[in-house]
Amino acid sequence: MASSKTITVEVDDVRYTDDVEPRLLLVQYLRERLGKTGTLVGCDTTNCGACTVHLDGVSVKSCTMLAVQADGHKVTTIEGMAQDGKLAPLQEAFHQCHALQCGFCTPGMIMQSASLLKENPHPTEAEIRDGLEGNLCRCTGYQNIVAAVKSVADGTVYDDSGVSTTAGETETAGVS
Amino acid sequence: MTATTERSSAEVGKARLRKEDRHLVTGRSRFTDNMVLPGMLHLAMVRSPYAHAKITAVDTAAAKSSPGVMAVLTGADVAGEQGSLPNAWPITPDQKAPAHGAIAVDEVAFAGEVVAVIVARTAAAARDAVERVDVSYDELPVVMDLEEAFTDKVLAHTSLESNKSATWVFDSAEAGTGSSVQDAIDSAEVLIERTFYQQRLIPAFMEPRSTVVDPTGEQITMWTATQIPHILRLMLALTLGIPESKVRVIAPDVGGGFGGKLQVTPEEVITVLAARHTGKPCKYTETRSESLQAGHHGRAQVQRLKLSAKRDGTVTGLSVNLLADMGAYLGLVTSGIPILGAFMYNSIYKFPAYRFECNNIFTNKTWTDAYRGAGRPEATFAIERLMDELATELNMDPLAVREKNWIRHEEFPFATVAGLEYDTGNYEAATAKAVDLFDYQGMRAEQKRRRDANDPVQLGIGVSTFTEMCGLAPSRVLGSLSYGAGGWEHAQVRVLPTGNIEVVTGSSAHGQGHETAWSQLVADRLGVPFENVEVLHGDTQISQRGLDTYGSRSLTVGGMAVLAAADKVIEKAKVVAAHMMEASEEDIEFSAGSFNVKGTDQSTSLGEIALATFAAHNLPDGFEPNLDSDATFDPSNFSYPHGTHLAAIEVDTETGHVGILKYVCVDDVGVVVNPMLVEGQVHGGLAQGIAQALYEEAVHDDAGTLVTGSFVDYLVPSAPDLPHYITGRTETPATSNQLGAKGVGEAGTIASTPAIVNGVLDAVRHLGVKDIKMPCTPSRVWHALQDAKTTGGVR
Ligand code: FES
Ligand code: FES
Repeated sequence: MASSKTITVEVDDVRYTDDVEPRLLLVQYLRERLGKTGTLVGCDTTNCGACTVHLDGVSVKSCTMLAVQADGHKVTTIEGMAQDGKLAPLQEAFHQCHALQCGFCTPGMIMQSASLLKENPHPTEAEIRDGLEGNLCRCTGYQNIVAAVKSVADGTVYDDSGVSTTAGETETAGVS
Repeated sequence: MTATTERSSAEVGKARLRKEDRHLVTGRSRFTDNMVLPGMLHLAMVRSPYAHAKITAVDTAAAKSSPGVMAVLTGADVAGEQGSLPNAWPITPDQKAPAHGAIAVDEVAFAGEVVAVIVARTAAAARDAVERVDVSYDELPVVMDLEEAFTDKVLAHTSLESNKSATWVFDSAEAGTGSSVQDAIDSAEVLIERTFYQQRLIPAFMEPRSTVVDPTGEQITMWTATQIPHILRLMLALTLGIPESKVRVIAPDVGGGFGGKLQVTPEEVITVLAARHTGKPCKYTETRSESLQAGHHGRAQVQRLKLSAKRDGTVTGLSVNLLADMGAYLGLVTSGIPILGAFMYNSIYKFPAYRFECNNIFTNKTWTDAYRGAGRPEATFAIERLMDELATELNMDPLAVREKNWIRHEEFPFATVAGLEYDTGNYEAATAKAVDLFDYQGMRAEQKRRRDANDPVQLGIGVSTFTEMCGLAPSRVLGSLSYGAGGWEHAQVRVLPTGNIEVVTGSSAHGQGHETAWSQLVADRLGVPFENVEVLHGDTQISQRGLDTYGSRSLTVGGMAVLAAADKVIEKAKVVAAHMMEASEEDIEFSAGSFNVKGTDQSTSLGEIALATFAAHNLPDGFEPNLDSDATFDPSNFSYPHGTHLAAIEVDTETGHVGILKYVCVDDVGVVVNPMLVEGQVHGGLAQGIAQALYEEAVHDDAGTLVTGSFVDYLVPSAPDLPHYITGRTETPATSNQLGAKGVGEAGTIASTPAIVNGVLDAVRHLGVKDIKMPCTPSRVWHALQDAKTTGGVR
């Protein structure tokens, strides 16, 4: 077995110094060594995006990076998104727009969406869809995820009624 | 029972945001793979690379001496204790099935079957040792193709004499629900004969399956990514011969299921065995490749169909002859899946004669089982494709053919040719609304324009109407179909001393939003704030009784149990209220959380009664100091949601590319508790149905290897692959439950597949294309167009 290497990584505003095996993936380091289990693993071929985190503010799939490659860098996971107990706008928007069901894709989706909005603060619907191409969701059919990202871009997130304002899209007719 | 007698409500009908979201959006999730226990060991599976082979030797010596390896178990090691994985649905008394040990002992029957398990200190050490297990195989001939398997030239199992597991027949003439199909066919003015192929699909839930088993203490505790903690507990006990009371199953956060986690898996049994052998907590988490290869698949049928009709479009009979691919084994409900479809081929129509015959066939592939819709999407696809073919044959509008045959709203309740009684429905209303939202006439005009102009991008309009049987299920009906269990659901409503409410439900959510919806139900019923209701589920120690979540049953069955339990709480509380206010019980009225003495302004609240009951200082003589109540609900009928879906499909005739220009669906799911949740279920269902039409297929090579063994090749659609859906609703309350709800989990999946394929064909039929197999990939569409130029062929 190859000898271990010492790395120093800042994860969610905390500095960690650890000895790691060179083959250890960043996602394994986060989950298994740091207990950052908010970041999830959904595939073994870099297709699903469940493991998406930010490396120095840019989204990366943490299953395709080695922990040693993160040495000296700053990592933000879903667990570092809320500040002072207040949800980040995307977290709030995913909740408001019902953009999650089982929630397994959600951490990756939120991290990817944040990166997307940083690059393009006012994306069209098509640009949002293209920007999320590397993140799979099996539950939502994507429409509400797109709506959540759009609502952050448009600055229309906040509403504390506890009731969805976007579910009104369905047209209803009473019939007996 | 009349529907919706108590619908005056604040919460039911409201698009309440979900209670379950906060921990999921902040990464405080509790998925099984997140679990770590002291001393926990990790498993890795050694899987067969061959689809059919004798195991002649398994040499584990090298693996056992690998660093970190604590144990290696083979089929021979556990043959005496592993039992056979359960099939709960013997559809005929003479159904044949091979024994199915969790670890193969002397023969493997599909590529990916487990032949040994490594137990090691780390997951990496376990995986490293997999390669050091030396298994010797004698390869056997494989049978992969369903139609070839039916001929029995090659057998999928050496232990069976035939690949046929069972033959199941329903004939309306024999059942007395209709006339003879043969007569209808013999006297048909028009006869449509088609064969359709339902490709194999993979449920592809986003969370790979994961199981942790803790054998310490006197009870085995299992955390597992399952839809069915209760059924799993019972089946583990029966399979392994341990008392049920010694097994506790917990389904923590579960990352989607879609039927794919409605199973008792080999891996779950193996994790128990490993924990038992080592005495230590053990964890197994599959890789995505393992999930695609060895988790059960869905669909996989050949449908041979005959539809007879008059020239005015009236259908006179339908004959269905199915071959259903079981794969190599019978999983929990594998054998029953095609049978769930048997009752739905007649769909929303008044067919006078119907015959269904299904042959369940073994092949050397991963076994099939429930996948969203389970039998009903296959049936709906077949009949909706046929109705379009009939319309084409008669040069009628596809909607007109449907209208000619569907049950009119004034004809409900309606006894169908398949033997069900549809309680309510209004197909006219849903269709009218869909036509309106879609601008059907406008789309037809645009289609004509493009045809006349010979536009390279042609437009097709795909129509699909559907109904499904939901709310699985009346226990007596399940009994008559030889299913091994009932279809009831259980709930408990507990009143805490503070007046807060705990609802325990036997259904087991994995993304559906039960905590939110059940809170709404109970908030209305007991007149307590939504926020004061806590919903508990997914742990057999907390929720002792239940039949879990599948078949769009949770609200229509589980929700009714919750309401019934809440009603019992009110009855108990009335006794205390009467005592507290020195009134007679008959004079106590309950509304909006408060108990009043009739004709006075005297009242007390549920909270005050809760506290008084808890203190128990001054209760009526003989009154048990407890308001908690249990209820079990067994539905009297299925529920029958329905809808009309319309798709505008663009086909690029130069590249074969298919695009969805517009998608409209109008669903009637009865009374809606939370429209936001309903819409979410519809969206997700649509995505999966569209995926079957256009993207997904599990493909094996001739040797039996899964070619689509990763997300690189198995094309789960991503955001740019799917359209913006336009959803609408009509509401005809169900009468089979007090709430009037019908179920929504599968609707989108069922209706969308035929809508898309009908649209693709409508775009290119005038160019000579007769059929295109699913998924309608650009390559298939392009080839069909090329073939049509020369032969008018089918692809
Ligand atoms: S786990 Fe990283 S992309 Fe799937
Ligand atoms: S919410 Fe379940 S996978 Fe996206």
